[in-house]
Amino acid sequence: MNWITNYVRPKLNSMLGRREMPENLWIKDPESGEMVFHKDLEQNQFVIPASGHHMKISAKERLRFFFDDGRYDSVENPKVVADPLKFRDEKRYADRIKDARTKTAMEDAVLSGVGTIDGLPVVATVQDFAFMGGSLGMAAGEAIVRAFEVAIEKKRPLILFAASGGARMQEGILSLMQLPRTTVGVDRLKEAGLPYIVVLTNPTTGGVTASYAMLGDVHIAEPGALIGFAGPRVIEQTIREKLPEGFQRSEYLMEHGMVDMVVSRLELKATIARLLKILLKVPVEEAGPAMDVALPAPATTPETRPQM
Amino acid sequence: MSATFHWVGGYENPCSQVFPSGVVVRERMYNYLDFEKPVADLEGKILELKKLAESGEAVDVAEEISRLEKRSRDALRDVYKALTPWQKVQVARHPDRPHCVDYIAGLFTDFTPLAGDRNFGEDNAIVGGFARFKGRSVAVIGQEKGSDTKSRIKHNFGSVRPEGYRKAVRLMEMADKFDIPLITLVDTAGAYPGVGAEERGQAEAIARSTSACLKLKVPSISVVIGEGGSGGAIAIATANRVYMLEHSIYSVISPEGAASILWRDTTRSRDAATNMKITAQDLLELKVIDAIVPEPMGGAHRAPEAVITATGDLIEKTLGDFASHPFDFREQRREKFLNIGRSL
Repeated sequence: MNWITNYVRPKLNSMLGRREMPENLWIKDPESGEMVFHKDLEQNQFVIPASGHHMKISAKERLRFFFDDGRYDSVENPKVVADPLKFRDEKRYADRIKDARTKTAMEDAVLSGVGTIDGLPVVATVQDFAFMGGSLGMAAGEAIVRAFEVAIEKKRPLILFAASGGARMQEGILSLMQLPRTTVGVDRLKEAGLPYIVVLTNPTTGGVTASYAMLGDVHIAEPGALIGFAGPRVIEQTIREKLPEGFQRSEYLMEHGMVDMVVSRLELKATIARLLKILLKVPVEEAGPAMDVALPAPATTPETRPQM
Repeated sequence: MSATFHWVGGYENPCSQVFPSGVVVRERMYNYLDFEKPVADLEGKILELKKLAESGEAVDVAEEISRLEKRSRDALRDVYKALTPWQKVQVARHPDRPHCVDYIAGLFTDFTPLAGDRNFGEDNAIVGGFARFKGRSVAVIGQEKGSDTKSRIKHNFGSVRPEGYRKAVRLMEMADKFDIPLITLVDTAGAYPGVGAEERGQAEAIARSTSACLKLKVPSISVVIGEGGSGGAIAIATANRVYMLEHSIYSVISPEGAASILWRDTTRSRDAATNMKITAQDLLELKVIDAIVPEPMGGAHRAPEAVITATGDLIEKTLGDFASHPFDFREQRREKFLNIGRSL
């Protein structure tokens, strides 16, 4: 990755005979090239302090940063048929899934939690880009459908953090069917009169934007996120010309009326809580720390690995 | 790996030719696909013999012609009874395949096309409006690819832009308002990937269109008549009943796209087509669609009237069932899609 991790560290390790060093101790800012200490970055929710660059973060970290005191109840994701098409390309899909599970310690690309933000009870559901590009297959689709159901049962708003390259091609048509399936969830939540907030993070493209990620009451984008239906390369190949500056980035989308605001990760929770309390007509004085919900101990996340 | 087409007989389409004798011979000519070569050869010979007979240079070829015609029918049957998924892709994209406008002309009367999304423009990739189907009022929304250079450009090769989906939403809402059932005809390689389309919210337009399909209180029927290209298709194909023609395809990504992304090798489209399970038969087995409309031997383009009639019969039967045993169409549609994949 860089000369410190590739050269200096292995050298040090072999000299000292130590094997267990945390990976990615120093992180390189893709914008400025500056090296940032991992702990400092984690303190700052993986937003690089100098440049404001938003790094990708795992679903677990997202939930931990988002909920009050990092506490939440995990929503159990429904079981689905694994590898319905017995698909293989250069590699077996079953093996790709296995690798992704080892790499992320997740069952599939979506995690949901129930907790509070600034005292307000909400449901949050998060896509993890590290799990096969956050791709939307049956497991992720079913998890999202479930998150909508939980929000409706508990009469809570739903906040969805989108991060995905699109549909999971290895599940063929069944992945495409997640578009209408998740849309049923959105429609039912809206009919229940509950707010649905979408946070578009880097990147959110393809079938995910063509369904639940573009159907929020409010669309918030993290700065600089790539958001669009067709990938930039596909468009370039089609029109055979260079794409405009900043094309398909958060700020560009806001200019074109597709998102309501571009908000720093550090301000997300406060912004969403403030807006939801207005929408739900929560009286000002009631907005204290703990409401009527008992929550478990903070979710344990021993490893907090940033992803480039 | 793209399909190539062979012209038979050494002269050009269109299908009529004035011969020296002054006789105009009208013969149906086809664009032949690679794998139809045995059929193409035989039909070429038949045509030549007929030409000879017309010009008076040959005598008594009738027997030979009828022998060749039988062989050619057999060859066609042999090819079509064992089409591979990749071959089906080519049949589904066949330039002579009947398109949306052919179905509209063949199935409906008083078709009144409506235009525009009332916001930005009119998108001819979506053809839609209201009509009568065997006397009954229906709403029709379809994707049209065009059939010659001029019409292909007009219809943007069936690749819909946001305006098209927003027009579709408008028509769906209108169908609901007037309690008129909706029929959609799906035939698109995919939604249009362009700068303007992205700027005007292609993704949002597709999502809204799918949502509008799901919200309908009136019954809806979708028929995939050619290509069901990913999100561009599902936006109008989320219906109470979803049907596919025998040699149509329906896929999350084109085989070419999957080959380039998953195999990193554009020559692997054949494998992508097979492994992704994109044929009507695959989708019926996966319980994603409800029924298959049989095509004439040799594909829909060999006998468009027959396949259009068969499609109409299935629509008529379905609308009849809906009318005689009405149910909560919105709720059924939602549950139908939620159940996809749950009992595999």
